[in-house]
Amino acid sequence: MKALDIQDLKKTYKGGTQALKGINLSVEEGDFFALLGPNGAGKSTTIGVISSLVNKTSGSVHVSGHCIDKELVEAKTCIGLVPQEFNFSQFETPFQIVVNQAGYYGVPRNIAKVRAEKYLSQLDLWDKRNSRARELSGGMKRRLMIARALMHEPKILILDEPTAGVDIEIRRSMWSFLTELNEQGITIILTTHYLEEAEMLCRNIAIIDKGTIVENTSMKNLISKLNVETFVLDIEPTTKSVTLEGFVSRQIDDHTIEIDLPKSSSLNNVFSQLSEQDIQVLSMRNKSNRLEELFVRLVEDGRNENKAEEVANA
Amino acid sequence: MPNRNMVALRTIWIKECTRFLRIWIQTLVPPAITMSLYFVIFGNLIGSRIGQMGGFSYMEFIVPGLIMMSVITSSYANVSSSFFSAKFQNSIEELMVAPIPHWILILGYVGGGIARAVIIGIIVTVVSLFFVDIRIHNLAALFSILILTASLFSAGGLINAVYAKTFDDISIVPTFVLTPLTYLGGVFYSLTLLPEFWQWVSKVNPVVYMVNGFRYGFLGTSDVAFGTSLIVLVIFNIILFTIAYQLISRGIGTRS
Repeated sequence: MKALDIQDLKKTYKGGTQALKGINLSVEEGDFFALLGPNGAGKSTTIGVISSLVNKTSGSVHVSGHCIDKELVEAKTCIGLVPQEFNFSQFETPFQIVVNQAGYYGVPRNIAKVRAEKYLSQLDLWDKRNSRARELSGGMKRRLMIARALMHEPKILILDEPTAGVDIEIRRSMWSFLTELNEQGITIILTTHYLEEAEMLCRNIAIIDKGTIVENTSMKNLISKLNVETFVLDIEPTTKSVTLEGFVSRQIDDHTIEIDLPKSSSLNNVFSQLSEQDIQVLSMRNKSNRLEELFVRLVEDGRNENKAEEVANA
Repeated sequence: MPNRNMVALRTIWIKECTRFLRIWIQTLVPPAITMSLYFVIFGNLIGSRIGQMGGFSYMEFIVPGLIMMSVITSSYANVSSSFFSAKFQNSIEELMVAPIPHWILILGYVGGGIARAVIIGIIVTVVSLFFVDIRIHNLAALFSILILTASLFSAGGLINAVYAKTFDDISIVPTFVLTPLTYLGGVFYSLTLLPEFWQWVSKVNPVVYMVNGFRYGFLGTSDVAFGTSLIVLVIFNIILFTIAYQLISRGIGTRS
């Protein structure tokens, strides 16, 4: 069964902003799915519609087979939401926040208290259970929202940029926690700006831009679309002009060269040419995150297609 | 397994009660101080010169009205500030994403408002005992008017909070609508003192029915029939609950 099935979803806000222009998206049960997109692409609106915080204009959304128009209670029960912004009372304690959230889903208080201990402990918040929420650090607040979303033991966990502003250590511990949850069978849908996060965690991915899905595929397929990588070579300072036959290269300064290397080419060829010119390579690195480059390219392609369509329709 | 909706209702209600009890200095103490001042100034100092009203000492006469005044103010303030704070901090989303029927959400908030109003009512009653001996004519009448009034103004506070965009917006109605209606609602005087035209005008004011219904519960006397008070309160409750339900279910102020 599909954990999430979205068909022709449109959302136009009161001011006339068309946030979603008819998106189609489906996520299989048990998947670890990434929804990527630049700011204002429609990620949060999509999540808002799924979790009934945003009224859709048209289209259909099914959560674990339940239509949000006809079986909203069942659909809501399947979802645990970790929003982008902190949305709990700053004056309550983490324990109160998670126990109350369980209560809103009908979980009796005695069971809620047991779960509160379980999830707050797993997320290293048990010691802070009686502190005021406003006294927690940013990372703790993010983890508190994850604990809160798990209190009714949902089938699907939706996280809207859960690691934004979180330090590397906590981010990595959150990644391993989410991976464990996914291994237990919980479907995870994640939006993030950290593309390496999506690459590391997710099996499938959709890229959204200006309310349109520009790519929806497996992470493997997406990575395979990368056919050129840019490497930066630090060399011993030289006055020579370096030329590499058969490659697109740029000499940035007397000790740096950049090379665009097609997937089919061998690095050996580069090194042998450099050796012939008596150039000593001291170190080498990727110029930028390769997924980031692909992301930018896909978004730009999508925008160009839209423009072409607009011109054709004009 | 307890019913899911009842668990949700209990949770919202406990959360609401915890909130106003946590900040008791702001929520429970001020009415006690304000009402003590009313009792001293209007009851003891000025009241002794006024003499009897409706067959009772002036102090006895104003006690029910002053209790009702605190009940109205506190039930309205409780729900309007709590619901608006939840909107302001976005914690209202905790409720919006949960499978809570809208009527449960409304009842939970209104229940919190009623709880605060009842506690305030008890506190003010206890304070009044320092100034006058209270007699209770009909406890059931007293209690029914108290609950219906508290629920009516709690629902009113909820509607105000739904529309409110700033904290100022939740103080406009109490300042410009509730206070005048309460002062002109027969708290400090009997309607019979007014010219006939103004008696008729006063009867458009719903607070008149609350104050007089409550006064009937205490003293057994009222400017309007108790049954009329009860009917008016039930009708206003139905109207405000219907409006609140419509607003919440349409997501006004809570969903974009």
